[in-house]
Amino acid sequence: MIADIAFYLFSGVMLLCALMVIGARNPVHSVLFLIAAFFNAAALFLLLGAEFLAMILLVVYVGAVAVLFLFVVMMLDIDFAALRRGFMTYLPVGALVGLLLLSELALAMGAWISVGSAGGVRAQPTPDGVTNTEALGRILYTDYVFFFQIAGLVLLVAMIGAIVLTLRHRPGVRRQSISAQVNRDPAKAIENLDVKPGEGVS
Amino acid sequence: MLFVELLNGWGVPYNIAWVIGQSVGILILSVVLLVMLAFLLLFDRKVWAAVQMRRGPNVVGAFGLLQSFADFIKFVLKEVIVPAGANKGVFFLAPILAFVLSISAWAVVPVAPGWVVADINVGVLYIFAISSLGVYGVIMGGWASNSKYAFLGALRSAAQMVSYEVSIGFILITVLLFAGSLNLSDIIEAQSGNFWNWNFFGILFPMFVLFFISALAETNRPPFDLPEAESELVAGFMVEYSSTPYLLFMVGEYLNIVLMCALCSILFFGGWLSPFDVWPLNAMPVFWLVFKIVIFFFLFAMVKAIVPRYRYDQLMRLGWKVFLPISLFWVVLVSGYLLAFDKLPG
Repeated sequence: MIADIAFYLFSGVMLLCALMVIGARNPVHSVLFLIAAFFNAAALFLLLGAEFLAMILLVVYVGAVAVLFLFVVMMLDIDFAALRRGFMTYLPVGALVGLLLLSELALAMGAWISVGSAGGVRAQPTPDGVTNTEALGRILYTDYVFFFQIAGLVLLVAMIGAIVLTLRHRPGVRRQSISAQVNRDPAKAIENLDVKPGEGVS
Repeated sequence: MLFVELLNGWGVPYNIAWVIGQSVGILILSVVLLVMLAFLLLFDRKVWAAVQMRRGPNVVGAFGLLQSFADFIKFVLKEVIVPAGANKGVFFLAPILAFVLSISAWAVVPVAPGWVVADINVGVLYIFAISSLGVYGVIMGGWASNSKYAFLGALRSAAQMVSYEVSIGFILITVLLFAGSLNLSDIIEAQSGNFWNWNFFGILFPMFVLFFISALAETNRPPFDLPEAESELVAGFMVEYSSTPYLLFMVGEYLNIVLMCALCSILFFGGWLSPFDVWPLNAMPVFWLVFKIVIFFFLFAMVKAIVPRYRYDQLMRLGWKVFLPISLFWVVLVSGYLLAFDKLPG
């Protein structure tokens, strides 16, 4: 009963937020609504009993990805008039694509027969008395360890690729050398000069 | 959960007992926390004053004990000023968000055996998630103020908090490997016995040092207070805030600091456990947790008083080039150690 109310509350708010992501005029507001949508998705995970996934969604998407997203959007100077200028010319094409997708979805939904209890046919049911985190860990690090490693490697390659693309060594930039600074001692840093009057230091 | 079981034991049906018991628990925790915070604030200022050979606040009440309450009344009664061109909704949402997030993180902190509002399985992850959300209060406040100083402060803090979260995550993993659980009570129980069983005394000692420094950076405390560096940015993201919204920001920030103190003591110093597991000492768990929190708060205050501020590029270098490799290496080292000596829990 309470779980049902919570489900409809969270999913309703999530749909509303998702609508506002594309509806809001200000791009920063769009990102904030996107964050609210993520938050509600995490709450839905919690209702399903997937506490680990819910927290990871918050940490990764809300705590890191969306922050960087917001960071970029806030710094961009977006001209709304220019963005909306082509709206009417592209409207027929966009509407056509949207209609096509909608009809495809309707066809797919019409032919959908759902299995009575989906819980019974799961490939890896969570054993009783095992927490969510432990069950996920057991599966990931035993049965699917190679896929897990490969996923990690793919991410590593993507990361190195991004670094290679953006890295450039600019000559003539003064950089701080921490080790040189730490290794300085008074004997090398200070020099006593005997300055003659009227000559100065050359 | 304590009050729920108590009420349930008196014959109240579980559903009703849960609602009433949890409400009472949340209320008591919040009130105790906020009153404790009022005196910790005074303590902070007194320590700071003592380092600079001043007296600190000593006018309101004996030894200035009521100073924080006087400040509270002053903040609440002052006029709320909204800057022209500010994004009003976001401007007021930001401090509320900052305050709500920092107080909701306390829900999973165990004060004594069984004394916790929400005893969830993924307690550490919950705190990690909530503290990673804390950055939004700062960014939204800085952006909505429509001011250059505030915006620069918000950008600085976004980059800073995201960078230090990464190494905090790895440090948490090393602690979790020892306990074999994400539940904070289990992490404390795994350190039970006398004080040499605490995580601090052992292979995790360097991780404690890293965690303490990362906690300073995560809560925007000096020497990492770049988002509100008063010499360059006046007060950073808080420039345009006045009255109650400012109060919410400040209380939220200090609640985060006290939470980090509590986490230091829970993860590395055995939380509510007493140094010696003998009768009169181990019968007062709440005292030990509060005592440890106050000790760490003293360290936070001393750091604020005696360490000069980092430059922005130095801060980033420390986070990414020093802390991240060390904590990543320590994850590998700790798991190797546990595997080699057959000490893996569970």
